[in-house]
Amino acid sequence: MSELKSMTDNTPSSPQLESQQRRRFVSAATATAAGLAVAPGVMLYQVAHGRAEDQAASSAVRWGMLVDATKCASGCNDCVTACSTENGWTPVAESKQPKQAPQWIRKLELQDPLTQMETNLPMMCQHCAEPPCVDVCPTGASFKRADGIVLVNRHTCIGCRYCMMACPYKARSLVHEHLNDTQKADVPRGIGCVESCTLCVQKVDRGDGNTACAEACTAAGHNALLFGDMNDPESEISKRLRELPTKQVRADLNLNLGVRYHGI
Amino acid sequence: MKRLLVLGAVILTTAALAWAGSENKPKASGAPKPVIQKAVKGEQCVEDTDYMRRNHMVVLDVHRDKAVIEGIRTPKHSLKECINCHASEKTGSVAAAKDDFCISCHSYASVKIDCFDCHSTKPKASMAMHALNAETAHYKHKLAAQATSKVDVEEMARVAQ
Repeated sequence: MSELKSMTDNTPSSPQLESQQRRRFVSAATATAAGLAVAPGVMLYQVAHGRAEDQAASSAVRWGMLVDATKCASGCNDCVTACSTENGWTPVAESKQPKQAPQWIRKLELQDPLTQMETNLPMMCQHCAEPPCVDVCPTGASFKRADGIVLVNRHTCIGCRYCMMACPYKARSLVHEHLNDTQKADVPRGIGCVESCTLCVQKVDRGDGNTACAEACTAAGHNALLFGDMNDPESEISKRLRELPTKQVRADLNLNLGVRYHGI
Repeated sequence: MKRLLVLGAVILTTAALAWAGSENKPKASGAPKPVIQKAVKGEQCVEDTDYMRRNHMVVLDVHRDKAVIEGIRTPKHSLKECINCHASEKTGSVAAAKDDFCISCHSYASVKIDCFDCHSTKPKASMAMHALNAETAHYKHKLAAQATSKVDVEEMARVAQ
């Protein structure tokens, strides 16, 4: 260990150190830009999140979410409602076919049979770095975007549902029936295609820098959901991940999840 | 004698066919021509109108792959922007009624589109529902003076080729 340390000391211009310094500089620059006020009370949001409209999603970013199950309230369903409102899917309770109803996000209440301790948490697509759904897709419709968001390209999805079977988290669902033009303009979805949580990709690309579920959780005062860039060491989510003990669900599968849980 | 019989049979068959044909002849007017509604917003499409008539599907295809896979959501060439401009004032949609922008031509050319199985046919804030919508209020004079133009059959035939 000491040998390694001295090596780093002797070679301050090692590529790793340089990239770290550069990253620090970049994030500092972003922080400065974030504070750029166009007019009193109006901020340059596009700059703050660092991606122009005509720029492709980059692998320098990895979007992820931290779920603090200790703060997730029993009986609260705000994240699910916010998701269905934002993305235009019918919640299970309102669906005519509850067994087929989509669940981009769902609330789970778990109880330890020995201690009776209850745990509340939302479950959705975990945005794996090594997604099994992508591995099994026969058409390449299931894919991982450069910034870590796992999506379904509905233009190539044939609705075979292999990905639904491959997903360890039961995160995906198929649209069984015609939606008859009830979709949101920003969120196309339709019959014969598999779908799941998109980490509100339309909001991310717009530069909102947050998801509907996390916004709703914050608005409800629970603050159990935190969305952010896990690659940026200065981001709120990275800081919290450094401090809090977190777990990945089914960590044994080695999928390197984008959604991490605290308090489970 | 045999030859005469064959000739007679041929003449009879031809006459019968001609008679049957005259019954089934399409009316002179032909299929109803597509009604092309002028876009509510804006004066000029993002590309030349002639180019768009022939190549809108290519333009949309290229853009959709960039948007879905790479996340490049520039408004130019996006289906959402097409809908924002071309949604009909009556239905607030590009594909709800048979005279709406997309359906009008596509039913004439009998080319089935499945875009709207997934995509919404209406702009984000529907114009038909909210006449005083802040986004569209300044187009009200255009809505009032909206003209619909019929495309002549020759032009449609050229497009179809």
